[in-house]
Amino acid sequence: MTRFLVPLAAFGLLVVVLAIGIRHAPEKGVIASPLIGRPAPQFSLPELGNSARLVSSGDFKGKWYLFNVWGTWCSECRAEHEMLLEVRRSAVLPLVGLDWKDDDGEASTWLTQLGNPYAVVAVDHSGRTAIDWGVYAAPETFLVDPRGIVVYKVTGALTREVWTRDILPRVSASPSGS
Amino acid sequence: MLPELGHFALILALLLAALQAFFGIAGPMFARERWSAAVVPAVAGQFVMVATAVGCLVASFVGEDFSVRYVAENSNSALPLFYRVTALWGAHEGSLLLWILLLAAWTVAVTIGAARLPRRFATRVLGVLGVVSFGFLLFTLATSDPFLRLDPPAADGNDLNPILQDPALAVHPPILYTGYVGFAVAFAFACAAMLEGRLDQEWARWTRPWTTAAWAFLGCGIALGSFWAYYELGWGGYWFWDPVENASFMPWLAGTALVHSLAVTDKRGLFKSWTLLLAIVAFSLSMLGTFLVRSGVLVSVHSFAADPARGIFILAFLVVMIGGALTLYAWRAPLLKSTAGFELGARESFLLFNNILLVIAAATVFAGTLAPLISDSLGLGTLSVGPPYFNPSFMVSMLPLLALLSLGIHAGWKRGRLGTKQRVLLTTLVVAAVLANGLVFGVYSGGHVLAPIGMTLGIWIILASLADPLDRWRRRLSVPRGVLGMTIAHTGLGLAVIALTTVQSFTVERDVALANGGTVKVGNYDFRFEGVAAIEGPNYDAIGATVAVSRNGAPVVILKPQKRQYWVQHQAITQTSIHIDRGNNLLVALGDDLGAGRWSVRIQIRPLVSLIWLAALIMALGGAVAASDRRYRPGLTAQAAAVGTPAGEPAA
Repeated sequence: MTRFLVPLAAFGLLVVVLAIGIRHAPEKGVIASPLIGRPAPQFSLPELGNSARLVSSGDFKGKWYLFNVWGTWCSECRAEHEMLLEVRRSAVLPLVGLDWKDDDGEASTWLTQLGNPYAVVAVDHSGRTAIDWGVYAAPETFLVDPRGIVVYKVTGALTREVWTRDILPRVSASPSGS
Repeated sequence: MLPELGHFALILALLLAALQAFFGIAGPMFARERWSAAVVPAVAGQFVMVATAVGCLVASFVGEDFSVRYVAENSNSALPLFYRVTALWGAHEGSLLLWILLLAAWTVAVTIGAARLPRRFATRVLGVLGVVSFGFLLFTLATSDPFLRLDPPAADGNDLNPILQDPALAVHPPILYTGYVGFAVAFAFACAAMLEGRLDQEWARWTRPWTTAAWAFLGCGIALGSFWAYYELGWGGYWFWDPVENASFMPWLAGTALVHSLAVTDKRGLFKSWTLLLAIVAFSLSMLGTFLVRSGVLVSVHSFAADPARGIFILAFLVVMIGGALTLYAWRAPLLKSTAGFELGARESFLLFNNILLVIAAATVFAGTLAPLISDSLGLGTLSVGPPYFNPSFMVSMLPLLALLSLGIHAGWKRGRLGTKQRVLLTTLVVAAVLANGLVFGVYSGGHVLAPIGMTLGIWIILASLADPLDRWRRRLSVPRGVLGMTIAHTGLGLAVIALTTVQSFTVERDVALANGGTVKVGNYDFRFEGVAAIEGPNYDAIGATVAVSRNGAPVVILKPQKRQYWVQHQAITQTSIHIDRGNNLLVALGDDLGAGRWSVRIQIRPLVSLIWLAALIMALGGAVAASDRRYRPGLTAQAAAVGTPAGEPAA
């Protein structure tokens, strides 16, 4: 008789583990990236509006920066744009944009009309760089530290709440944060 | 207007599912005929309502109604019509809706198929399916409503995730889900049998075709997913042991065990409680897969947007469903007695080994998948478990399974003597060993120590599987669909083993020094080095090479590998160039400058990669053929049982 209770007991244990797992799960809407704690993927892509120049991951060595994946086809990106402009005005750290699978002309128009929050925008037509970064859907934003390590990832629009709660403390905690 | 209609239809479906669950379980329990009679109309009504809801959402997608949040997030006015329809399951909410639609469709199929089954039993099956459906509908309405509106509406949609804009991935979820959901049917049959407190050989015969069909769909879905990961992600791998992949592979392994244990229960009335447990486990793993992917407890390369609130709901649902089923199991399974016995060496014992080994394999994958989670919840830090764990530990259970398979299909029921089959087995083994060694040492020349073993086993499985059906065919005896399906599936497995062994062992890798115009022959391919050119990057210098590949003088492709030197980190990055030709995966990487215009070039040829997916599809096809056996059709069982063949009956 008792051996027929074994599966139930094993399942009970599993539920406990899963319940703890949920408690530890990242906050709502956030997918922890396997990249966190690892070096940011290397890339080298043409710059938006100046395709002769290339933007690459090495350019930002020694600086904190936010790597923001966006596209003009992404309505959520429009929603976060105001916040990105605010980040630029705060001058805490530069924003590096990755214009993902987008039309260059439309992207330039978008930045002219809405204001350009980016220090520089790299153009990823093939989507290969986005795959390297494990991007699921735009917008996504990665916080990269001066050593080039990915520290934090935001899935979905960057909000003021995320900025003050999750990003600012990380940047200011480090002595090299400017 | 349409989204509101869809939402309303979904609420009605929830109510109908509740009725279906209540009447289906309470009707037989309290012997209320009129309650039981209400189940079928509830099933039909629920299907109509769910189909209406799906139709409304599809109409919103096609009609580009960006005031619906889900549509705005997953579609765009520029998206082609095909992807606007498949965008339905492009994210979490719609995937759930698809799950529910498929469950409703399976339930309708069961209602039709079970019309000839004992009334009380069929009613209970539908009742259990009603509980499952109710849970998923409640989950959707409570945490993942796809019909929410945006105010103000979006000007245009966010577009479907570009990664998902691919034909293979567009059809992958429906097929995979059909498999997952199909195991719900086996689960419902198991629960109904436990509620009855009775399980006989007939029960197994009723359950088998549903289970086999679900297993076939799941296999197809996994193969498609693997194929997509291979060519879209471009990492050159066909399987990553990623949590999402494992989530579909575990129920497949448990389902494979279930398909085989059902054969024993069907033929010999044995393994009853074990079969019940496997039916519960296979569906539990399907639901657990959903939980792991959706709750955010595990990090994966292809994760859906995760939400802990959803995780808590799914966990509660798991506790009710699986906990309930296992409680029922602990209560009812001890009542099931198997009277018949069997000798060691009889087919039963081989199928027992098959089950033990498959369950060990599933447990191995399970442990590896959950290890990071367990170590994290015990505060031991994050742990990453990858191929170095999965590959060898999976092999530990797979090798004996493959070795015993040929013996198992030739062993007779009950008696442990192979008798006349000994000769067939021995002949096929010798032929397989000769062929395998010929291939390994002749064609591919050497390789890993496991290569001749894997190759021999793979060929042996194919030859041994074909021996009996070929013999019957020569003697102009009919081959039942069950046997035919089993043969096809086992042949597929043999092919998969050969393909996997070949890819793992005979990936030819050559490091050669080539000067401008130099040619090297690797495998059947000639690689002609056509020189290098400097490419200047902003933060790196690159050297790009041009390598023309030809086969017997006919050009195949021009590969352009690069070597980059990043200024800041002084890191050399090699950009490999890949092409697939006739199942062979050709890779070229550029190495060092050896001076005097000569460069070291690394060339890889991975043979038979495409056969892996083909073999998986053949296995699924075998399942489909076996499931269509006349023996399983209600009403035909009497004749089929009379025609029943004494030895070598379908085991798959």
